[in-house]
Amino acid sequence: MNNVRNKKRANKSLPFFFKDEFKVFFVIIVVSTILLISTFSFDTVPPILNRGIQPATFPKGLLVLIIVLTILIYYLSFKKPWKKEKELPKNFFLTLLSFIFFIIISKTLDFFLAISVLSVFVSYNWGEKRFFYLLLVGIIFPFIVFVFFEMILGLRFPPGIITNLYYY
Amino acid sequence: MMAPLFSSKLLLVLLFGTLFGLILGVLPGLGPTTGGALILPFTMTLDPLSAIVLLTSIYCAGTYGGAITAVLINTPGTPAAAATCLDGYPLAQKGEAGRALGMATVSSTVGGIFSVVILVFFAPILAKLAYEFGQPEYFALAIFGLTMLASIGEGSPIKNLIAAAFGILISTIGKDFMTSIDRFTYGINELSVGIGFIPVVVGLFAISEMLTQSTLLHQVFKRVALKAVKLPSKEDYKKTWKTILRSSGIGSFIGVLPAEGGTVASLIGYSEAKRFSKNPEEFGKGSIEGIAGAEAANNAATGGAMVPTLALGIPGSATTAVILTGLIIHGVRPGPDLFREQPDFLYGIFGAMLIANILFFIFGFFGAKIFARITLVPNKILWPMIFTVSVCGTYSLSQSILDVWIMLFFGVLGFFMRRFGFSVVPVIIGLILGELVEGTLRQSLVIFDGNWLMFFTRPIVVTFFILSFIALIFPLLKKKK
Repeated sequence: MNNVRNKKRANKSLPFFFKDEFKVFFVIIVVSTILLISTFSFDTVPPILNRGIQPATFPKGLLVLIIVLTILIYYLSFKKPWKKEKELPKNFFLTLLSFIFFIIISKTLDFFLAISVLSVFVSYNWGEKRFFYLLLVGIIFPFIVFVFFEMILGLRFPPGIITNLYYY
Repeated sequence: MMAPLFSSKLLLVLLFGTLFGLILGVLPGLGPTTGGALILPFTMTLDPLSAIVLLTSIYCAGTYGGAITAVLINTPGTPAAAATCLDGYPLAQKGEAGRALGMATVSSTVGGIFSVVILVFFAPILAKLAYEFGQPEYFALAIFGLTMLASIGEGSPIKNLIAAAFGILISTIGKDFMTSIDRFTYGINELSVGIGFIPVVVGLFAISEMLTQSTLLHQVFKRVALKAVKLPSKEDYKKTWKTILRSSGIGSFIGVLPAEGGTVASLIGYSEAKRFSKNPEEFGKGSIEGIAGAEAANNAATGGAMVPTLALGIPGSATTAVILTGLIIHGVRPGPDLFREQPDFLYGIFGAMLIANILFFIFGFFGAKIFARITLVPNKILWPMIFTVSVCGTYSLSQSILDVWIMLFFGVLGFFMRRFGFSVVPVIIGLILGELVEGTLRQSLVIFDGNWLMFFTRPIVVTFFILSFIALIFPLLKKKK
């Protein structure tokens, strides 16, 4: 009985603001509108120097085009609703979280350390529990890539607590 | 034609590029576009010809490599191999994996070589025609390219147009090239030079794919055993030679149009093979013609896509957009002048593509079994490594940490775009064509003294506008039909 009730509830159509079509429409419209407003603050060229169109005109046109087309796809979605996407698994959010860790660590501590932490974190959460393989993706491989870029391309990585040990 | 390639260094580069391309093609989620973008920073250590030879050999071999995974694990190694799964895997399940791969290898090679011949003949002709082009014509051509991309690309044409407009919008970030006025920089100095191509490509392809893989960890691939690749029998050749030739023609033609090159070509090649077949009921159940139709078409698209890339500087596919970037960062400006001033360079590219097609035939024929084992590398090890290379590669081009963050941003964005049915390829093409579209539009308006109607006084411009209009209404007509 409960199962039937749950099924019925699942089949009930979602309110419009929970639907993917609306979420996509909303995000694109909001971002495009903010960008469009910001184009009005671009500097303008005095008429005597202006050749063709003002620097803001072209991006303005593109943003208006994006807004119009987005309204069109939202309108068309009433006739043909989008198929519901599967819910995102925990691993997706953990991988996304690792990107945030990467940005924080590379900004505050060390670029190399950030790569190592992300690699170990992702590999571990994706199911790798063997120590050697974690060492491989977290230390050995990034070190090889680091040395390769440094020696072959003459690249200088940003300073940090571990990178400094290598350079000095 | 081959003279510039008779150096041990170039042959070594070609060999490496073909092997690397095959590996990239075999690994699901990677492919010649991502691989090309990842290897682009390394090409800075090479001379321009070696760099482009490397990228083009990756392109040719990577497109073929996708077939190995399609046949053996029913997962296209590259999107262009999606149609190959339809008959390749069922045939492999019947215990004929060797026959399926043999046909895929032969038809890919024929399609690839056919398209190089098309490239050799048509690129110079197109370049000659382009001499007649002024700024308004280039503007109309770029618009035509973008509308074609929306029209015959994968997925919804309107979503493709939004993605292309977004790509062009990204290209406007930074100092305006005509007036030096900052646009969308919001006080961030590093944005004044604009957003680089590599962080966007690596983000949209590699990082977004990493996020996609994080949602597919439960997926188990069943690999069909492969004893050895078999050359097609006489009966198979009899059955398929017309299909191979037809698909080679279709693939080369689709490749020339700016779209998702191989992906669209293989789908059309496959459906045309079915339409002309005496046994259409066999399609989807292991038809040898199905494999031939799809594989000849997707590899034929490689040479086709190089035609507008080299002759006009307008990429025919996402991978050729990477190759175009490679040309630009090495100081080579594609277009009619390239044909007049550096013919040796071009013949080097043509020759390299020809040899790459022969090399992947040899590697595919004798080494498919080994390449198939690469698919056994678990994602939990492979993707963190790809992340490391992506980050270092992106950082290396301008030694800017902001580029790495831009890459991550586009990775997340690309994931959600793909999730909601927006192709990321139009963003790439839009980004690379953005400067051309805006530049030619503004310069045309200078020529026309601000009079927009003057565009319609030029026959070539009007022709391209009509073609663009047809491209836009084509999907609507197709739907009604």
